[in-house]
Amino acid sequence: MTMIAQTGANTGLQDGKTPDPAKRAASWRAIRRAAITIGLALATYELIARTGSFPRALLPTIPMIVRTLFAMLLDGSMLMHSMYTLYRVLFGFFLAMVVGIPLGILMARFRRVEQFFLPLVSALMPIPSFALVPLFMLWFGIGNLTTIIIVFYAATFPMIFNTWSGVRSVNPLWLRAAGAMGADEHKLFWKVIIPGASPFIITGMRQSFLRAWIAVVGAEMIAASNWGLGWVIFDAKEFLNADIMLASLAVIGFIGFAFERLVFGSLERGTVMRWGMMRSAKS
Amino acid sequence: MPLIEVDDVSLAYDTPAGRVQGVLGATFNMEESEFLCLVGPSGCGKSTLLNIIAGFLTPTGGEIRIGGKKVSGHGMDRGVVFQDFAQLFPWRTALGNVAFGLEMKGMGKEEREEIALQQLKLVKLEKFANSYPHHLSGGMQQRVAIARALAYNPAVLLMDEPFAALDAMTRDDMQRLLADVWKTTGKTIIYVTHNVAEAVYLADRVIVMTPHPGTVKAEIPIMLPRPRDPLSLEFLEHQKQLLNYLGQGTSKAA
Repeated sequence: MTMIAQTGANTGLQDGKTPDPAKRAASWRAIRRAAITIGLALATYELIARTGSFPRALLPTIPMIVRTLFAMLLDGSMLMHSMYTLYRVLFGFFLAMVVGIPLGILMARFRRVEQFFLPLVSALMPIPSFALVPLFMLWFGIGNLTTIIIVFYAATFPMIFNTWSGVRSVNPLWLRAAGAMGADEHKLFWKVIIPGASPFIITGMRQSFLRAWIAVVGAEMIAASNWGLGWVIFDAKEFLNADIMLASLAVIGFIGFAFERLVFGSLERGTVMRWGMMRSAKS
Repeated sequence: MPLIEVDDVSLAYDTPAGRVQGVLGATFNMEESEFLCLVGPSGCGKSTLLNIIAGFLTPTGGEIRIGGKKVSGHGMDRGVVFQDFAQLFPWRTALGNVAFGLEMKGMGKEEREEIALQQLKLVKLEKFANSYPHHLSGGMQQRVAIARALAYNPAVLLMDEPFAALDAMTRDDMQRLLADVWKTTGKTIIYVTHNVAEAVYLADRVIVMTPHPGTVKAEIPIMLPRPRDPLSLEFLEHQKQLLNYLGQGTSKAA
């Protein structure tokens, strides 16, 4: 992903909607290459599992993992675990946006807000959210509240930082032109600053979600009870169920991938890439 | 009464090297539908003066009146076109950009899009109404910017070297197009340029400015019939006259 300066020069790029046969062929080649990489990695795993050097219970074969996964999907337990985790991550992520985007904007617009919050943000951001789980458990108990707060903590800072940078990078010429056309403060905000900062805001959402997704699984391991993808992995160690762990990991990876590609990928293609404010790598 | 009165306007600002007189005592009037060019080398205060008229800068002395009313801050009686192509909003289509001012006025969607489309027709871009700026060439983007500044029907159009970043051939086309637009709309235009030939091609009257401090040195009416032929003898005579005022007439040919 490349940010480009607002030169406005005609880049001659195809926009995302145009079906270009050469492009389609290239994307199929990319999928095939990815499949080969993943296939080889799985085959290596399978080979090691089948040598018998390790106990089957600790290093289950891929068919065993797939069977466990299907069993958990069919009895609905995997769905429940996923729903709990998604509820927590989306709730925390939503809160992070509600707090992070306005705060980032205020920090960029008002020097005093920036001076007050910047040291706080800089000091809190490097603390791993996972290191706060025991403390938050003491304060908020075991369950949804603690995990949601952990997710919120992990997701807020990238949201604040990117929004703050985005608003500061809005081209002053847009503000001047909009002002000359009679935009008041309110209109300037919604019609110029927000869309103008959108490449950064979308990048912030992406980074936030990624951090939220990593945080929720970690937090659930110790701060959740009975439900959640993190909890099920941690619980499975009591019974040496490596197959359950690996099946849950596959689901965690899949959901994370789906959000990254489907949700944020389409958001980006539908907005900033369509507007030429961001474009994909040349080759 | 003239439409625009620039009355003894000055702007001084402080730099580490001391106080700089960007514009000193600029005075001239403009009639309605007049095409005025401000010409001068860089640093002569022509862009500064335009920015004062636009209301982006506040003069430290004197005042500007439009229709007898003193200018303070920017207002919708003036439309502005900048040099930089990036002035368009990349997240809006050509039509969306042109409709922006009308939207700010609170006009309904259907009505403002109809007006915006007419404005795009005026600059011959109606086919590109739904294109985003990054799919348009530099010349096309500047045409959208002109349509955008005209769409809400300001009394004056202010243009700050709008074609300076274009290649020479495109610039010629754009000058012809602007002359047509001016003829069609009868708009009052103030146009800043450092290009003497451009000024002679477009203007009814040229104001020559010189730097240190930025002052009005001469006012030269250009009475040539339109459309003007840049290779005619009279055209070249005017160019030569302007260059003499700028102190560039003897040694260098333009």
